[in-house]
Amino acid sequence: MSVSPAPDPMLPEPLRIARAKRETHGVFTFELDVSARGGFPFLPGQFNMLYPFGAGESAISISGDPHRPDRLEHTIRAVGTVTRALERLGRGDVVGVRGPFGSAWPVREAEGSDFVVIAGGIGLAPLRPVVYHALRHREAFGRVALLYGTRTPDDILYRKEIERWRSRLDVEVEVTVDTAGSDWRGNTGVVTKLISRAAFDPGRAFAMICGPEIMMRFCARELERLGVSLDRIWITMERNMRCGTGLCGHCQFGPSFVCKDGPVYRYDRVLDLLLVREV
Amino acid sequence: MPVVLAAADLDALVQALAGRGYRVLGPVARDGAIVIDDVRRAADLPIGLEDVQGPGRYRLERREHDAFFAFTVGPHSWKQTFHVPVERLFQIRRQQDGFSVIPDAAPRQRVALLGARACEIHAIAIQDRILIHGEHPDPRYAARRSDVFVVAVNCRRAGNTCFCASMGTGPRAERGFDLALTELIEPGEHRFLVEIGSDDGAAVAAELPVRPANPEEIGAAASVSERTAAAMGRRLDTSGLKERLQKNLEHPRWDDVATRCLACGNCTMVCPTCFCTEFEDTTDLAGETAERTKRWESCFTLGFSHVHGGSVRSSIKARYRQWLTHKLAGWHDQFGTSGCVGCGRCITWCPVGIDITEEAAAVGLPKKDG
Ligand SMILES: Cc1cc2nc3c(=O)[nH]c(=O)nc-3n(C[C@H](O)[C@H](O)[C@H](O)COP(=O)(O)OP(=O)(O)OC[C@H]3O[C@@H](n4cnc5c(N)ncnc54)[C@H](O)[C@@H]3O)c2cc1C
Ligand code: SF4
Ligand code: SF4
Ligand code: FES
Repeated sequence: MSVSPAPDPMLPEPLRIARAKRETHGVFTFELDVSARGGFPFLPGQFNMLYPFGAGESAISISGDPHRPDRLEHTIRAVGTVTRALERLGRGDVVGVRGPFGSAWPVREAEGSDFVVIAGGIGLAPLRPVVYHALRHREAFGRVALLYGTRTPDDILYRKEIERWRSRLDVEVEVTVDTAGSDWRGNTGVVTKLISRAAFDPGRAFAMICGPEIMMRFCARELERLGVSLDRIWITMERNMRCGTGLCGHCQFGPSFVCKDGPVYRYDRVLDLLLVREV
Repeated sequence: MPVVLAAADLDALVQALAGRGYRVLGPVARDGAIVIDDVRRAADLPIGLEDVQGPGRYRLERREHDAFFAFTVGPHSWKQTFHVPVERLFQIRRQQDGFSVIPDAAPRQRVALLGARACEIHAIAIQDRILIHGEHPDPRYAARRSDVFVVAVNCRRAGNTCFCASMGTGPRAERGFDLALTELIEPGEHRFLVEIGSDDGAAVAAELPVRPANPEEIGAAASVSERTAAAMGRRLDTSGLKERLQKNLEHPRWDDVATRCLACGNCTMVCPTCFCTEFEDTTDLAGETAERTKRWESCFTLGFSHVHGGSVRSSIKARYRQWLTHKLAGWHDQFGTSGCVGCGRCITWCPVGIDITEEAAAVGLPKKDG
């Protein structure tokens, strides 16, 4: 099930930036003012198409709390034309928004299980709504682990929030970085290495992974090695996106559209395609 | 009941449609090909012309007859009438406190398609399924499709690259028309059997100098379609095809076709069902007004699958495989239909004559030596 967007889904809706926050070098979060439209309901994992005036559009996941439709948040890494144009905007500026589009992380289905959330880099943004959901409904889950890998300590997203989550006794939060200076006392190495150390029962685990394709594959392989069933592992796919509505064809992924049938997929349903190059 | 219209009276049909406010579009010969354009009188039609088609080949030839519809499909399809090649979607004006979006008005058109072939009627129905009946309808396409009169023509000849019979999409138009014509040419007698497919069709027919058809004429029309089906240049065996393609993404035939394919994208442009589009956002020099334009795009371009860092399908092998598996397999998953109606355009207009029926048949089979 998805929340349906406005009537002509090709028309961007101008929304004002209520708050702009720099997260790390090159990554920033916008909170958009949705009070005039009565909020912006979405499901965790869904994305919007964001439009900085005249510059084009990018698919950006909604990174806020699904239980707070009054706050629409996006966390964006500036990498190219559109995302750099977004980076130049600040509080009071307006962005065009279309959405929400796409499939959702199956958070209800994960209830009753040990819950492992694995993020790589900017992949934490699309998973943050999942973390919010799990923490709000903490009693519905078994053990909960958030495993997060990023490049350097300076690239850690949502640092204060992660500290808060880490201070809770009912969630295991592990962060690892690829490289760090001598003042870093945390984990180094790939996020895959955190999986076998995390406390969860593979037989009753449910996992959601978001990050580069190769990282997701290695994580899923490690989960499988530990005994997690492949139909309880979920990942996201990234493809070029132009319309978000299944009409432009750019996001084709095998027999599906990433914008409609994805971006969230059950791992066993796409594994065969992931093993073929250039699909 | 079908009626009969003398060929000499075909112009009455054109005028009846024009009189009802339709813009009549149909086949006309231009620059050595049969294209779709305005038809103001029956004499505008490509009388006496036949097309000679083959892989990578197309030629018009004049024949010793005065048939109105002796050719098959050309490089144009009705796709350009409804899913237009370029259109602006909206403008955006910068304002003191943000910007305002000004959508372009919904397009209006009242068009009559004169001479739509069975495969093309199927192709339109497939695009309708995608662009109107999906989760997010395209309002502009839907507006262009809302007031259309279809005059089908049952093919008298099958082209060398046609394979509609094996796709179940022709050569006879079974539905989806207001009127359907079968051209009957006998020594001393040239007429059309006219089948009526709708109330609108009946109303137009009532304005024409027609008489009821006799059983011989009905039989003659049926045998035109049978002869055409029997003369079909190619065929595609669709049984088990979807599964065979989806299971053979690493088959050596993909490497083989990649050595021939130029990734020019012609096949996708001429295909009546290919629907992919690109959006272009631009601003005026002052940066005060921006607009978004939508245009046809091809899955054969490198940019099509571009994500930050590079293209997902950088090899031609991957792009050809994407096109073919999407057309003949993925469409079944996505839209419950094949993406191919067997019109043969992609074969004819491929500069190197790559044949979709041959490629599809070879994938999954043991590689031939030599
Ligand atoms: C479902 C989904 C969710 C996402 N969520 C997030 C998120 O939450 N946060 C985040 O930061 N990112 C997210 N992304 C990634 C984000 O969409 C891309 O990083 C962004 O689109 C890059 O756009 P750009 O113009 O800044 O980058 P560029 O690298 O300039 O451009 C990438 C796009 O521009 C076009 N392009 C660039 N160069 C070429 C070329 N040579 N030829 C043809 N086309 C070209 C391509 O169409 C490509 O899509 C998400 C992506 C998807 C699919
Ligand atoms: S794939 Fe080729 S034969 Fe099939 S409908 Fe398209 S152009 Fe015609
Ligand atoms: S198959 Fe032919 S028409 Fe299609 S992209 Fe390749 S060379 Fe061009
Ligand atoms: S982004 Fe256009 S079809 Fe998915």
